[in-house]
Amino acid sequence: MGAQLRLLRRRIRSVKSTAKITRAQELIASSRIVKAQQRMQAALPYEREITRAVTGVVSNAASVDHPLTVAKENPRKAGVLIVTSDSGFCGGFNANVLREAEALRGLLAGRGMEVVPFVTGRKGVTWHSFRARQMGGQWVGFSRKPAYADAKEVAETLIDSFKDENGIDEIHIVSTEFVSMLTQNVVVKRVLPLEVEETEATDTTTIPPYFEFEPTAGDVLESLLPRYVESRIFTALLQSAASEEAARRRAMKSATDNANELIRVFTMQMNQARQAEITQEISEIVGGANALADAAAGKE
Amino acid sequence: MVIAKTVDGEIGIMPQHAPVLGVLVEGGVLRVKREGEGDLVAAVHGGFISVADNEVSVLAEVAELGSEVDVAAARDALDRAQASIEANQEDVDAAIEAKRARARLRAAGEEV
Repeated sequence: MGAQLRLLRRRIRSVKSTAKITRAQELIASSRIVKAQQRMQAALPYEREITRAVTGVVSNAASVDHPLTVAKENPRKAGVLIVTSDSGFCGGFNANVLREAEALRGLLAGRGMEVVPFVTGRKGVTWHSFRARQMGGQWVGFSRKPAYADAKEVAETLIDSFKDENGIDEIHIVSTEFVSMLTQNVVVKRVLPLEVEETEATDTTTIPPYFEFEPTAGDVLESLLPRYVESRIFTALLQSAASEEAARRRAMKSATDNANELIRVFTMQMNQARQAEITQEISEIVGGANALADAAAGKE
Repeated sequence: MVIAKTVDGEIGIMPQHAPVLGVLVEGGVLRVKREGEGDLVAAVHGGFISVADNEVSVLAEVAELGSEVDVAAARDALDRAQASIEANQEDVDAAIEAKRARARLRAAGEEV
């Protein structure tokens, strides 16, 4: 067997086993997207209601002064929560988030603010520690299946820092929004201080009802706002988890497609090489036979 | 009618109630009285009740329907919590734990 033939066989074998892995990853990701989407759907009603409640309180009780609603006059530090994934194999998913986070960092630095990154997901954490960036907080291990307790933990760190005199004055979230299986967008949102114009278009048509509060507006806000921040972070984590799987599925699908294309090309080259080898052997045999026949004819 | 326990005390909400936003207590029992059917009872731990546009929404941190409560487990949790309260009066976690267990038992229709 020719050297070229052996080489091609080996390459085909290796590409095939790679394709098997990527194909498996693709299937796993596909099944996970569905679950991640269901979790996202399940969290939606809570998010909607809590947003409505916060809108209700803030629009009703404009006089309520709460440390979490009041924008500081000279914000000096901004906390940016960056939501990335724990594992790779998901195309440009993390690169997109980190690029957007860098853009936001530039923007905030331009306004004279110091930016403190808070990072979830191993990829984001390694990215920051590789560049020796100080992180306000880092969490890993739940990017694929975030639980509410995880969001709560993140929120507590952020809120504590927000309440602290020397802590952060603004909280932003950079995460990936799951629009559909094919579209995921990186979005930047400011969570605190609350933005008044954040009310959705559907809310502006109906005037929020005048609420009574039990016990007082301030107390309601006091316990409502941390829940609101938690809920926002939880939604961001869930959306990011679904997006991560979608990105992984897409990346793995194109990897499988590329592998199959490679296998096709290599198989063709291998068949050509084998055919060439056979043709050469036949012509050698024919040539040899002819030479023998000629020699025998010469003797007579 | 929806009956819930807020920080101020019990609140009953009938149809056409004025909009209200209340903070729920840890370890409360929520009761929804329905016409023609039995009451819907749930143990609710913390969170909010919001009434607007004739709609009641309960945003709880943890909630459990009375019919889904594991009575034996709840009783067990209550016993354990009470034991640790007796051992240490300052045990805040155990006090909350006991409250929760009691709410779960009451939601399940047990006497505590």
